[in-house]
Amino acid sequence: MSKTILKAEDITMQFGGVVAVNNFSMEVHEGEIVALIGPNGAGKTTAFNVITGVYAPTNGAVYFDEQMIISNYPQGKMKKMYAGENEGKYTKKIEKTPDQITKLGVARTFQNIRLFKSLTVFDNVLIAKHMRSKANVFSATFRLNAKEEKKNREETRKLLEIVGLLDVQNEIASSLPYGKQRHLEIARALATEPKLLLLDEPAAGMNPQETDELTAFIKRVKEQFGLTVFMIEHHMDLVMEISDRIYVLDFGKPIASGTPDEIQNNKRVIEAYLGVPEDE
Amino acid sequence: MNMKKTTKTICTLIAAAAFIVLLVFLESNKNKYGMAVTVLQKGFILAVVAVSMNLLNGFTGLFSLGQAGFMALGAYTYAIFTIPVESRASVYYISGMNPVLAGIELPMLVALVAAGLMAAAFAAVIGFPVLRLKSDYLAIATLGFSEIIRALIASPQMDTITNGSYGLKSIPAASIYVVVGLCIICIAIMALLINSSFGRAFKAIREDEIAAEAMGINLLKHKELAFVISSFFAGIGGGLLAMFMRSIDSSTFKIAMTYDILLIVVIGGMGSITGSVLSALLVTASKEWWLRFFDEPLTIAGVNIPLFRNGFRMVIFSILLMVVVLFYRRGIMGTSEFSWEGLTGLIKSIPSRVTSLFHKKEGAAR
Ligand SMILES: Nc1ncnc2c1ncn2[C@@H]1O[C@H](COP(=O)(O)OP(=O)(O)O)[C@@H](O)[C@H]1O
Ligand SMILES: [Mg+2]
Repeated sequence: MSKTILKAEDITMQFGGVVAVNNFSMEVHEGEIVALIGPNGAGKTTAFNVITGVYAPTNGAVYFDEQMIISNYPQGKMKKMYAGENEGKYTKKIEKTPDQITKLGVARTFQNIRLFKSLTVFDNVLIAKHMRSKANVFSATFRLNAKEEKKNREETRKLLEIVGLLDVQNEIASSLPYGKQRHLEIARALATEPKLLLLDEPAAGMNPQETDELTAFIKRVKEQFGLTVFMIEHHMDLVMEISDRIYVLDFGKPIASGTPDEIQNNKRVIEAYLGVPEDE
Repeated sequence: MNMKKTTKTICTLIAAAAFIVLLVFLESNKNKYGMAVTVLQKGFILAVVAVSMNLLNGFTGLFSLGQAGFMALGAYTYAIFTIPVESRASVYYISGMNPVLAGIELPMLVALVAAGLMAAAFAAVIGFPVLRLKSDYLAIATLGFSEIIRALIASPQMDTITNGSYGLKSIPAASIYVVVGLCIICIAIMALLINSSFGRAFKAIREDEIAAEAMGINLLKHKELAFVISSFFAGIGGGLLAMFMRSIDSSTFKIAMTYDILLIVVIGGMGSITGSVLSALLVTASKEWWLRFFDEPLTIAGVNIPLFRNGFRMVIFSILLMVVVLFYRRGIMGTSEFSWEGLTGLIKSIPSRVTSLFHKKEGAAR
């Protein structure tokens, strides 16, 4: 089996009294496409937010590329309120910020698209190049980094061509149709040169045809950029077709994990989804 | 509408040449066109400060209200180091000048950079704790800071440095070329910054902090950077104001100054550099010059019109402001920048605009 690129251990995220994620462990191996599914409110996005450093978990640890990037344990007021498991197992507080985690090679998209709305498509992608720029504010202002800037623009253009957005490169991001906005968000994430791509419901709000296109698109960029993909998705067709493995969350708790076949026939999963319409 | 690059370059060169001719003309007829000379210099100085505020409020999405405080720091730093040593005894005639400072006189440009650095240093110190908090706190903290600075400058304990409430005078004069030229350089540097990779990162933060962070942009570092640079140029703006006015006192830098700058930014368009410059010139010209006659007593057919007296122009000015804010909510330029295409487009559209205006009227009459 190939190397583990992302590992979450005993993640618990408690907001006040609400345990949004409860003792969730998982791992993603290099080159895999892994899906995280579960009914609405199951804690999937929260799990993403923990992995990307948006929230510090209440308890647990996250490793990326074998390096511990996040670790926490119940502290302060939480000590008394803590309702999760594995208390005392973690004793370190390590909190990388989202930008540091992105620099390590984890890029993400958001469930509710978060583009730089009033900037152009081109600038949306070009901005992702800033973090790898070696120029300081002085050299950038006085254009002493012209070479690097040119290279970044060239790469941005190439990337837009690959994702099929070159013809709209000068449009304002918010003026794009919804489906293209989703593609742009993925393109922008790719521009950070990630090893691991996290997608939060990339097909949300798409019709079956658009969903098919997106499925092909994800497969294609995964191969082309040598990525590992970890995605939250509701469209079961997409999930079953694309994933190597699947994790299932229900009310914050992991209830199953396995191959698409195993998950499709898992009793607890079927129960959890019972009464939840397919297209949600 | 597309214009050839050479055409645009020629337009720009002609405009620049015309501007230089205007400056030379004004400089050599100073006495006749005193008002124009004043308005042009003050307008450009306020433009520097307005662009510096826009850098923060319009481009980075951080709401700061400390511009007057940073200007005060810059103005006093500049004045203290440039008043000629031989004039200092007469300036600091009450308590004398602090012996450490009394012997130091700096060349104009060095003093101006020092003015910027002084403001930047203060900004770095307040920014570090405050920028971690939600952005509303920045407005409150900088507003408070600005008033504290003013109070400190005017306090008797500072007499040997700032000359307390007596203000500073005998600041060496500079020609209109120097003042306007330096202003243009400052604005150009800020424009270069805004169009650089860092400027794009600032805009990303303005658009969506969470997404910006997910793109690898360190929020605190970039906010601090924007805040320090903005304050640096506000400090330089203060220094330029001291250079232009030749005498300053702490009451120049009241909250009203920040308010004026904010209005310039809003009228010009949050997120437009050329908007801020245009607006600074227009606002200064109307406030100090074009609306002046409202302050003169007016007599029509032997009847004294009662409203026309000292201060009335400010009423008119405020009304104009309200009109602008109500009808052009995004300011003159919105977030766009001036371009020759935009200008020719505007001129070409005038006939159709005028006719459509008449058509509307006809329609309404029916
Ligand atoms: N910042 C927050 N503060 C309080 N509760 C939150 C916060 N974020 C998420 N939650 C709660 O956590 C639960 C899981 O939400 P979420 O992770 O968005 O679910 P999913 O993505 O699986 O639909 C919900 O009950 C939600 O209300
Ligand atoms: Mg979600």
